[in-house]
Amino acid sequence: MTTTMLPAKKPADVVPHAVRHGFNWGNFGTGVVMVLIFVWCLAPFYWMMILAFRSNNYTFATDPWFSHVTLENFRYAFNTQYNTFGRSLLNSLIIGGSVTILSMIIGVFAGYALARLVFRGKGFVLAAILGASMFPGVAILTPLFQLFSSFGWLGTFQALILPQISFSLPLAVYTLTSFFADMPWDLEEAARVDGATPGQAFRLVILPLAAPAIFTTAILVFIASWNEFLLSSVLSNGNNKVAPSTVAIAFFTAGPHIVPYTQTMAAGLVVTVPLILVVLLFQRRIVSGLTAGGVKG
Amino acid sequence: MTLAGPVEEEVVEQQGGGRKSRKAAEAAAKRGGIRPGEARLAFTLIAPTIILLAVVVGYPVVKAIYQSFLTDPGLDQATGLFNEGNAWNGITNYTHWLLQRCATGPDTTAACPKGTLGSQFWGSVGVTVGFTVVSVALETVIGMCFALMMNRAFRGRALVRVAVLIPWAIPTAVTSKLWQVIFDPEGIFNKLLGAHFAWTSSVWPARSAIIIADVWKTTPFIALLILAGLQGIPEETYEAAKIDGANAWRRFTSVTLPLVKPALAVAVIFRTLDVLRMYDLPKILTGGSNGTTTMSILVVDQLTSGINSASALSTITFIFIFIIAFAMVRIFNANIIGAQAKGVR
Repeated sequence: MTTTMLPAKKPADVVPHAVRHGFNWGNFGTGVVMVLIFVWCLAPFYWMMILAFRSNNYTFATDPWFSHVTLENFRYAFNTQYNTFGRSLLNSLIIGGSVTILSMIIGVFAGYALARLVFRGKGFVLAAILGASMFPGVAILTPLFQLFSSFGWLGTFQALILPQISFSLPLAVYTLTSFFADMPWDLEEAARVDGATPGQAFRLVILPLAAPAIFTTAILVFIASWNEFLLSSVLSNGNNKVAPSTVAIAFFTAGPHIVPYTQTMAAGLVVTVPLILVVLLFQRRIVSGLTAGGVKG
Repeated sequence: MTLAGPVEEEVVEQQGGGRKSRKAAEAAAKRGGIRPGEARLAFTLIAPTIILLAVVVGYPVVKAIYQSFLTDPGLDQATGLFNEGNAWNGITNYTHWLLQRCATGPDTTAACPKGTLGSQFWGSVGVTVGFTVVSVALETVIGMCFALMMNRAFRGRALVRVAVLIPWAIPTAVTSKLWQVIFDPEGIFNKLLGAHFAWTSSVWPARSAIIIADVWKTTPFIALLILAGLQGIPEETYEAAKIDGANAWRRFTSVTLPLVKPALAVAVIFRTLDVLRMYDLPKILTGGSNGTTTMSILVVDQLTSGINSASALSTITFIFIFIIAFAMVRIFNANIIGAQAKGVR
């Protein structure tokens, strides 16, 4: 069996679109699975989109395309009587922005030191930072809940921003470390040899090289913060003025006599679309960031 | 494996480059004195990170461990008076959870009555471990299939690579709501199956719903990580195996798997840790009801009815997760820190 299979398979691997005897089952099978992966990833998202634009009376209609189209769901989600979704989005932006800026400013220095400088105990520092990110959210939640309630901080922005440092800073540091370690630092020296001052070498050579890495890491940190739910749901303490959109979605309030499925989907779409746009725009960078942080084996 | 050759050479070369630059730095040090200051500089640069992590992670964790040995305020069983709590309590909070014993009198305990949080501990451990084993196994196997196909495909790969990021990018809170709608008794899932399951209101369907939603969201991500590992395997390795007469299955088990194992091990370990602390998905999809209370959900439920007891529970949870993480690192012989530090030193 193997002898008949091998020669048949080899050209299929070597020549992409083989114009040879008849139909290529290997490529066909791969194509089918590729379509399957595509459907797997997009079908539920597509359904969310359809429901977001569908009139609530037709929540359970099964038409697989846009039907009974309305914008009413979006108006309901942003309606201030039941839901203040615009506010929640702004809160997510404030929290995510603050967490990202803070983590990046502090993380860049640590990442540079870990990637570039020689000192004792580097392995230990890396392990400690990685270990810090492995604590489950609940391990820090209990004391913080008590501490913040004694400060009167429950339901304030600082109570939502500070705890997120626990996962965003390690993420920033180890993604930056692996990016920085792969950068061609010899160029810096080359610039110095060519007569550049340290400042010029940094500004003209290192910064342009490091900028994409820093930018990608910032995107990953922002997405992680935007998606956070456990800490925010408890520490926002029911205060809609500071709660981020993930919390608003989870506790989406029904009007008097409806199941607010279509409205929730509209809200969900609004939360998701910015992320989808970021992913579409920076796809390559995000993938390189994800694989740099996790899988460098 | 001949394959390791070029890869290792590259690493050595990089390190060699690093050493060269270090020599230059030493030369510069003799002139301007950079070298002796390097450790001090490193310390200064890393200190803010360490201090901040000590505040937001170290301090809470240590405080939780301390509090877990104190009593909670409440009615004193002995005197019938209100007790301020925070008195030394020994390991009572731990035995409360681990043995599921609740106080009934001054010095007497009994099995916690059904329905109380105390009676749910081992149930939640079982649920958490069950979710972890099933989800991670499915995600790894399906993710591997996806990755192999994406690695083979010539057309549509760019498109699929974008699509794969979409489930990953959708916030879990939104995913949970989305699947809640899909799993409604009147929802599209039942319509497609032609069935009438009450997905979220009985035990096994509710658990399946959570696993399906989790596998949907994370499998593409795993596939992406495995794909990155696969793309590091040079085509010649497969050619050599083919010439030696290895069939497709042999090539998979003897070439692909061993070479992709480091990437796979790290992905599996990180995913396992993630599912062990799962909170958002069951909390929003089923509210933790019908046998879907994970350990994290139990901690949050306990938060408002006794913070010191909740501290004991959260401590148990993270120790449990650390033990599993440690065991997995040992089993897979994975070099996680090494993976991070590679090329760094």
